[in-house]
Amino acid sequence: MRRSDNRMVLAVQFYLPIAEMPVSVLMLLGLGAAVGFISGVFGIGGGFLMTPVLIVMGIPPAVAVATQGAPIVASSTTSVLAALRRRAIDLRLGLVLVGGGLVGSALGVWFFAALRRAGQLDLFITLAYVTLFTVVGGLMLVEVLRGLWARRGGRAASVRLGREHPPYMGWPLRMRFPRSRLYASVIPILGLALFVGFAGAVLGIGGGFIMVPALLYLLRVPTGVVVGTSQFQILWTTLVALVLHAVQNQAVDIVLAVILIAGGVFGAQFGARAGRNLRADTFRLLLAVLVLAVDLRFILELTLRPAEPFSIVVAEGR
Amino acid sequence: MRAGLLGLAGLLAAGAAEAETLVVSLSFSRLAVTSTYTGSSLAVFGAIERDGQAAARAGAYDIVVTIRGPRQSLTVREKQALGPLFVNRDQQKFGDVPSFLAVLASRPLPEIADPETRARLRLGLGAIVAAPGLTLARGGAEDPFRDALLRLRRAERLYVENEAGVRFLSPAVFRTGAALPATAPVGAYDVEVTLLAGGVPLARESARFDLVKAGFEQQMASFARDWSLPYGLATGVLALLSGWLASVIFRRD
Repeated sequence: MRRSDNRMVLAVQFYLPIAEMPVSVLMLLGLGAAVGFISGVFGIGGGFLMTPVLIVMGIPPAVAVATQGAPIVASSTTSVLAALRRRAIDLRLGLVLVGGGLVGSALGVWFFAALRRAGQLDLFITLAYVTLFTVVGGLMLVEVLRGLWARRGGRAASVRLGREHPPYMGWPLRMRFPRSRLYASVIPILGLALFVGFAGAVLGIGGGFIMVPALLYLLRVPTGVVVGTSQFQILWTTLVALVLHAVQNQAVDIVLAVILIAGGVFGAQFGARAGRNLRADTFRLLLAVLVLAVDLRFILELTLRPAEPFSIVVAEGR
Repeated sequence: MRAGLLGLAGLLAAGAAEAETLVVSLSFSRLAVTSTYTGSSLAVFGAIERDGQAAARAGAYDIVVTIRGPRQSLTVREKQALGPLFVNRDQQKFGDVPSFLAVLASRPLPEIADPETRARLRLGLGAIVAAPGLTLARGGAEDPFRDALLRLRRAERLYVENEAGVRFLSPAVFRTGAALPATAPVGAYDVEVTLLAGGVPLARESARFDLVKAGFEQQMASFARDWSLPYGLATGVLALLSGWLASVIFRRD
């Protein structure tokens, strides 16, 4: 009885061929749109929001991690094309980031498998999330608040963060990135891309939320090209990860992908438009708050006494 | 499982002169899962055939029907405090657990048979989950991990027990049914019917049905399995095209 009531409330149900469960199409469209919006505003992939929600909905974790790449590829394609038209992208810097990112992803996939054999993968992932989110979100928040404080004190906020370049920019193998008004060593850039790719593969995320602040604060890339360049890097690394997941784990659900894409592309459009109208410091403040909010969720999960301490993990027989 | 059957065989041999036999029929033997699948329900019909010499039984017949879904191996984990954090500490692996279980009986199980008989014949969710072969670690009913498995699966409605689920239409004909939630996995399901009277098992009969993906679902699943690279590339191209399409549709300038 109750089952048929649910069906009426949630309208269209569709059975997913790979996840092997029925889902509410409307709910997934909404989820795709919401994550697409956030991803469009901030130039991040949104995987770190999408994956946990899909798992909570009952999608098997392997399918959730593998499939969430598809809507991210779609929305970052849209963002990259829009950025290309507005010339708000540094293709040269983007290509260097993609190169480093792919190597990092491969290392991350290998490390992930090693960690799973050793056990306690879940704990490591949660602790890594908390550490990363606290550091990234906290640094951004401090920076933004300091900027706001300085402006209130009468000093003009500088368009470009920090006037003097940090020493690692002057290392050998310097490369010119005219679009970012940057002349810097490729070593820190490749290192950053490597780290983001590695962390992304281990944590099952695109890594945009690390890449965006790192480009802003560590490489001093102008805000205007940060989002486009980050999306360019996310597009290629996520596309490769999506195909690899399909080949290795056969865990990509194309029906789930289509539903999430349909919601996501619309969300990303409105998100990108909203992002364009944001002032640079408001943008950073909101991104810091978003990262810290997700961080808080993980901290609560770790520290609150669980109502049900037991959980079942079914071995993936794929 | 095997020990239970052997025990039953012994009992049956002892009462061979007055044997009852069971005839069981299911409402379907193959159920197609399509894109609109939201679960189903199975009906089980049965008849008790008595041979001519069978003596009249003092008590009425009792029927217990057990439906088992495809086996899976799983791990049950327990979160415990570690300083300020709650983390997964202890865990127990279960090697051969039914993904779906429905136990339907004509009367409350404690009235049908004593605890030893129920444990031996695996009658009831409690007896199935407490079975020694289910997990390598520890045994018996005092195991918190077995309790957790039962509790969590019951909450998901994947394990159900109905002590008034079997209805006799006549003294020798019965029917029962169970809801299969959409989350019950595809695969082979066993239906086992046990006939008892006065706490003594008399006969056992089993049947099976298959839950299979059909049509579009089946094609997609086999495409993803047998042609994984083209499948992955197709998903990627689909994502790229939709992104491009969206940028064309929404283009303002």
